[in-house]
Amino acid sequence: MNEHTPTKPMHRIGWAVLLLAFTSGFIIMSVELLGGRILAPYFGSSIYVWGSIISIFMVALSVGYLIGGRLSVQSPNLGRYGLFFLSAALGLLPIVFFANHAMEAVFSAIDDPRYGSLLASTILFFIPTAILGMIAPYSVRLMVNDTDHSGQVAGGLYFVSTLGSALGTLLTSFYLVLWFDMNTILIAMVAVLFSAGLLAIFLNRGDA
Amino acid sequence: MNRRVFSRLGALLSCLVLSLSSGGEVIHKERSIYRNIEVQQKGSERCLVFATRRDDRRQTCVDLKAPDRVVFSYVRMTFGGLLLAPNPSSILVIGLGGGTLPSALSKLYPEAGIDAIEIDAAVVQVAEDYFDFQSNNRINVHIQDARVYTKRAGQNGTTYDLIILDAFTGDYIPEHLMTREYLEETRALLAPGGVVVANTFSASDLYSYESETYRAVFGPFFNFKLPGSGNRVIIARPDGLPDRTTLALAAKQLAPSLAPFGIAITEFPRHLTSKTDWDRNAPILTDQFSPANLLKNR
Repeated sequence: MNEHTPTKPMHRIGWAVLLLAFTSGFIIMSVELLGGRILAPYFGSSIYVWGSIISIFMVALSVGYLIGGRLSVQSPNLGRYGLFFLSAALGLLPIVFFANHAMEAVFSAIDDPRYGSLLASTILFFIPTAILGMIAPYSVRLMVNDTDHSGQVAGGLYFVSTLGSALGTLLTSFYLVLWFDMNTILIAMVAVLFSAGLLAIFLNRGDA
Repeated sequence: MNRRVFSRLGALLSCLVLSLSSGGEVIHKERSIYRNIEVQQKGSERCLVFATRRDDRRQTCVDLKAPDRVVFSYVRMTFGGLLLAPNPSSILVIGLGGGTLPSALSKLYPEAGIDAIEIDAAVVQVAEDYFDFQSNNRINVHIQDARVYTKRAGQNGTTYDLIILDAFTGDYIPEHLMTREYLEETRALLAPGGVVVANTFSASDLYSYESETYRAVFGPFFNFKLPGSGNRVIIARPDGLPDRTTLALAAKQLAPSLAPFGIAITEFPRHLTSKTDWDRNAPILTDQFSPANLLKNR
């Protein structure tokens, strides 16, 4: 592999990666929390609905980690990193526009609300969450310059993105749902992800 | 006149007694996946309590010496819905509690089919073990989320003459059961002339939001409050509300059969009003926007 050929001085873009990792952490948990709201009209708000949502988010993230890590091997760059954010933004859009249609179909097809909510979670959340999961290992690769500090860099990134998740959970449940419609919150998140992607692509151009 | 004063005093006194008597001997205690459940008994009064750390929420009480008598004023008020649907043949009750409502309705209308929806299997068990609740070929209990049941029933074309919404424990509100969309799905289950009765919140910011939401779905409804009771019961009929004379007549006819339950139905008509006493500009709760629990605390 090419671990001895650092392509560019990564510390210059370190702040941007940290900011973007924070953003993705925030949005993952905010969407997860809204997921309960989104499913409730069709499948209730019982413990199994949360079971469905959390397990699908976990599976999606784990798949995302795997793919993101794999992609980070070949000439990692901010441009591709930015594409992850743009794709995640696109991946969230169907939740805004097609969630009710999808859930209607699932509700008609499956009687048991446990498996209904599991399937609906998969349809609605798997793809955007997996894409958001790709961001974590890729961030590590973008920031690591040498193996000695790789653990420290990874720790710093986990710190920032998990803090983002905590804040996303808190703000969404305490305030955002009180101030805004769910779709407004989701569209704002699409906009934020889109801007984040453009920022990364812009920085990549500037660096090249 | 004297009787009126007396009944008010009585209501006040029973409120006082109820608030003082909270916390009898705990005869059953369990933790279900949804809540802490206790059955408390003091003297001949036995209560189902959803215990929280802050305070106890008494859901249902029965007087073991007079098991038919309905102890809680809001439960008695719920029977006000019968003024608009005097002879229901199909009844849906959302939220079982101790089973007081389905039991009483089944005694009143032995021929009626009653579906009772309760999300918590443990509550059903406690109702059977401690509150003499029996499901039978007329009372069907469905252990299910009410929203899921309602949607499915709508798909199947099931209809009811009387729907009673009593799913709120006071401590936590299932927010998906307070939205316009849910009420529209509920309305779709009404047979022609059918009536919805909802035991709701009378205090906090939520009062206006909830009232506006019901009005948006059902049009003008009877806002039913009894002096001396902090409760508000909504009685709605999309096909139109009867006038006071009709209500009084219905009350007179119902009075004898409701007397054993301690329900003074003839007192009810003059407290049924379709006047609005809330902020008409309050936003409507929807599936997109329903921060009911946050509003309740404001």
